[in-house]
Amino acid sequence: MEGIGYKILGALLTTLLAFTVGMFYAGFRRKIIARIQNRVGPPVYQNFLDVLKLLSKKTSVNHGIMQHLAPLWLITMSVSTLMFIPVLKDGLFFTNLNFSGDLIFLLYIMVFGPLGMALGAGQTGNPNSAIGVSRGLTQMVGFEIPWIMAIVALMIQYKTTSVTGLLDIQSQNGTWMMFSSPLAFIAALLAMPGMFRYAPFDIVGAPAELASGPISEFGGKYLSTMMTSGSIFAFVKLTLYVDLFMGGASNLIELVIKTFALYMYPVLWGAVSPRFRTEQAVRYFWGWPLFFGFAALIYAAF
Amino acid sequence: MYNDKESQKIVDIIQNFARKHSLFVLAYGTGCGAIEIPPTMTSRYDAERFGIRGAATPRQADVLLITGYLATKTLKRVIRVYEQMQDPKYVMGFGSCAINGGMYWDSYNTINMLDKYIPVDVYINGCMPRPEAVIAGFVKLQKLIQEGKADGWDRYKKNLDEYRANQKKIITNWVMPDFNR
Repeated sequence: MEGIGYKILGALLTTLLAFTVGMFYAGFRRKIIARIQNRVGPPVYQNFLDVLKLLSKKTSVNHGIMQHLAPLWLITMSVSTLMFIPVLKDGLFFTNLNFSGDLIFLLYIMVFGPLGMALGAGQTGNPNSAIGVSRGLTQMVGFEIPWIMAIVALMIQYKTTSVTGLLDIQSQNGTWMMFSSPLAFIAALLAMPGMFRYAPFDIVGAPAELASGPISEFGGKYLSTMMTSGSIFAFVKLTLYVDLFMGGASNLIELVIKTFALYMYPVLWGAVSPRFRTEQAVRYFWGWPLFFGFAALIYAAF
Repeated sequence: MYNDKESQKIVDIIQNFARKHSLFVLAYGTGCGAIEIPPTMTSRYDAERFGIRGAATPRQADVLLITGYLATKTLKRVIRVYEQMQDPKYVMGFGSCAINGGMYWDSYNTINMLDKYIPVDVYINGCMPRPEAVIAGFVKLQKLIQEGKADGWDRYKKNLDEYRANQKKIITNWVMPDFNR
């Protein structure tokens, strides 16, 4: 645990784990949606093949510097967020930078990638990208407010801003935070599908309507970088939810079970839902999730 | 060790395996055959089990479907779309109209032989081909990709002048850039 070599190895292992788990989750999602629609569906490793194929494509598109930087920006955000999340409670390899970061920093860095993506998509000059970016930022304003309210409620209630601190409190109390502060959990859970951008909230991508939105000018290696980043970030979000509300995980199997159970919630909701319009999505987020966020704040303060 | 023929062969096998099992089809219907694509993709015939899925823009797509007759006006768009797609890219011609003009062969505003204007990798016959035939065409394309024979994109690059001359014969008011990148 002491040497720098172990730390680098741990960081690489964590990234590899997040990539593999996120890719398999995306594959399971496609399979589950296919089964719901009475289809056979692609194999669960389909997303690995997609990434491999996209990497083997020749890419010759040039719109400017930001367009080349945007996918890198996204993957930088995903990996650096991953480094600040406690993947396991006390693992040998997975404690990367857990103790240096805290929740406020995480909340800040999690919007870093979409902003870089917005700049890159803006430079491509595609009108669909511009519409997609404006929709994405609108939706972000929608779900960030109840989500941040839930997090702030936790911070007030337990008087710490550190994720590891919250984990320690949960193991000391012997109960998960979804039971000890249920209102914050409900607010965060209701805001979660917006973060994943699956079906009722896929207003950013919207392939039938916006031609996949911000990523419409990105193909080949850029798209594969974005898919990699997306799968890592899905793992990050799920692990953060598990750490905050479900008591973390002490081994990998427990982590996979908990994150997969949590992941099924946006997936299954998405599988049976059409798409919201932008104002409907914002109205949803500023309705009950905001109410529960306020209730959680009041519950935490008094 | 690196860049010799044997290791390139192994890389090719892996790349072709990934390419053949992950075909992103551009959702761009040029003719009446586009109506055969929704049943091919949805529950009954389920093309996704072969790794075939739709892509919304030419940048992300691998396969361009020319679904039926191709009007001269559409040809211009098809050329733009085809040149915007990233290598390696494949073209499938649907139905007799793409092969020899079909029932439109003496029409004033459709082209007769698609292969003169953009390189076609797989033709599917029928008017229109049923979803089974479309899936058979995709399987044939996968076989060609695995063998490395689906090299339409390479042919297009090598014989660009010839293709361009044919295209300019049809499109009289050529206002596009000379190569759409």
